[in-house]
Amino acid sequence: MVEEMVDTAQGADLDTRLSIYRMMQEGRMFEERARDLFLEGLVKGTSHLGIGQEAIAAGFAASLDPDDLVFCTYRGHVHTLLRGAPMAALMAELLGRATGICGGKGGSMHLTDVAHGAMGSYAIVGAHMPIAAGAAWAAQTRGTGQVTVCFFGDGTTNIGTFHEALNLAAVWKLPVVFVCENNLYMEYTAIGDVTAVEHPAADRAAAYGLESILIDGNDADAVHAVAVRTVAQARDGEGPSLVEAVTYRHGGHSRADPGKYRPAEEVEEWLSRDPIPMYRERLLAAGAEEAALNDIDRDVLEAVDRATQEAREAPFPDPETLENELWADGGSAWRN
Amino acid sequence: MAELTYREAVARAIAQEMERDPSVYFLGEDVAAAGGVFKTTEGLLERFGPERVRDTPISEQAIIGAAMGAAMNGLRPIAELMFSDFFAVCWDIVANQIAKARYMTNGQVELPIVIRTASGGGLRFGAQHSQSVETWMMGIPGLKVVVPSTPSDMIGLFAAAVRDPDPVIVVEPKVLYASKGEVPDGEIVDRLGVARTVREGGDVTICALGAMVPKALEAAGRLADDGVAADVVDVRSLVPLDVRTITDSVERTGHLVTVEENPRLCGWGAEIASIVADEAFYALDGPIVRVTTPHLPLPSADVLEDAAIPSVDRIIDGVRRSLA
Repeated sequence: MVEEMVDTAQGADLDTRLSIYRMMQEGRMFEERARDLFLEGLVKGTSHLGIGQEAIAAGFAASLDPDDLVFCTYRGHVHTLLRGAPMAALMAELLGRATGICGGKGGSMHLTDVAHGAMGSYAIVGAHMPIAAGAAWAAQTRGTGQVTVCFFGDGTTNIGTFHEALNLAAVWKLPVVFVCENNLYMEYTAIGDVTAVEHPAADRAAAYGLESILIDGNDADAVHAVAVRTVAQARDGEGPSLVEAVTYRHGGHSRADPGKYRPAEEVEEWLSRDPIPMYRERLLAAGAEEAALNDIDRDVLEAVDRATQEAREAPFPDPETLENELWADGGSAWRN
Repeated sequence: MAELTYREAVARAIAQEMERDPSVYFLGEDVAAAGGVFKTTEGLLERFGPERVRDTPISEQAIIGAAMGAAMNGLRPIAELMFSDFFAVCWDIVANQIAKARYMTNGQVELPIVIRTASGGGLRFGAQHSQSVETWMMGIPGLKVVVPSTPSDMIGLFAAAVRDPDPVIVVEPKVLYASKGEVPDGEIVDRLGVARTVREGGDVTICALGAMVPKALEAAGRLADDGVAADVVDVRSLVPLDVRTITDSVERTGHLVTVEENPRLCGWGAEIASIVADEAFYALDGPIVRVTTPHLPLPSADVLEDAAIPSVDRIIDGVRRSLA
């Protein structure tokens, strides 16, 4: 599949690439810690990890301006973090603490940090597609110059909102980039077994008059290059894009899923294409100092340690906050 | 003061708010060039232009989703759902996204959205274009719901909805579109969460909503001929709910009848009956009676639909049962 993909690597400068490397490590180490805390019983409910998919979030994050808007899914820890949400507040949200980014009302599947343009993690497949289009519509009509990026999984390509949102975005020429993170499985089922076309997003782009864009989602340079191009196109008023980035999640769909339905050799092949070590090697070949990369690794681990410590020590939400923030007046009254 | 149809009041309401606030945008199916399938939005495209008055594809999820996203990014969108039955087509966006976003994010997301919709029966459209679905929204925390029953209320409650920082659904009983009423000149702005006593009488409280309000008034007129004085309360706002006006009335009359166009189970009247039974129990001198559509889809044929929707006779029967 990889050889079919367009080579879009343009070669960003080394500083940008180092920052992409750092972001991938932030995502990876944050989620590995989240997994550990889940096993420790501190993260409740469920969690959907994107370990193995970090190059997509990082490649796009490096291409966005501070005012841009990102919408993601329940597999959204990394997107939210890389938009600039404070790590300790995200960790605290996973641990159900008062200092959580949503005060403990959101949890793993609903991380949101509007102040940083992380406009929400949406836990109903596909719901955020038209919502992202709407945010882009507001940017267009208000002339803000903002670009909206909407990340979604391969499974979303088979739900109705995908079609409705892409059509509307194309007809209205909205400044939005839809990014399909095709990790080959919709929950527990191979996407190829339930989809009429081979490339669930790219093969459908023509239906909306859009370019078919298929990239290696484990190649951070390729992602970044296509991000720069599609984001610029949106910002310039040239309309939306639909990007399919092929990747692989190293674990199962959620905490409940060991992912046993995947052939061992397939898992092995993709583990060997882990985007982070691949990128590290490429940066070394491009002249990055090993010590600099090691410094990044150490810094990120320390940041994750600090965030974890802070979250562990944070208080639980005051039960008094239960009835807060249903309405804009801060309360939840439905009667007089 | 001028006499307007409810239909004309819709267009005036939208225009009033678009004129006042440039961040108010309006989108929906056939709302711009065609002026709305019920002709409720005529003239808006010409007045405000195609940027602010937008025709959409038949994509209810995209319409309501786009309204939500736009509200997250600085607009105050008004979205039309052509028929209230179509809420079922975009219920995820309404019930899971719009209603919950503010709470789930601990107040980070503010959604000043109005969804307006043509609702209810009486026009022989059959089961999929006639439902009274306001109780669907009432059951979802995070949605406000109003049902104007007069042209003047349509403007005033709609203005309150547009200016409210939370999502509000404005349910327009389409059987009332041709009805007329006196409308004051100038800007009209009402408040959400305020019921109105539209007729006073000390013997029984009749709570009605939307298209049931004129029927309740007619029933009250006929009851008066028989010496029964009814207090008729136009509930107007389901969320927030003006409980006080209703319990105050029941405290005086000792009898409560609700008149609901929705099917029987879990109608808004059941909630009111429950509240009254809890909070005004000792004022009651008879059973609380709910007059509703039977628990059925609405049929199309005149005779059948008329038999289903509460009639003036059934309201009178309900009052007599409560007083018996």
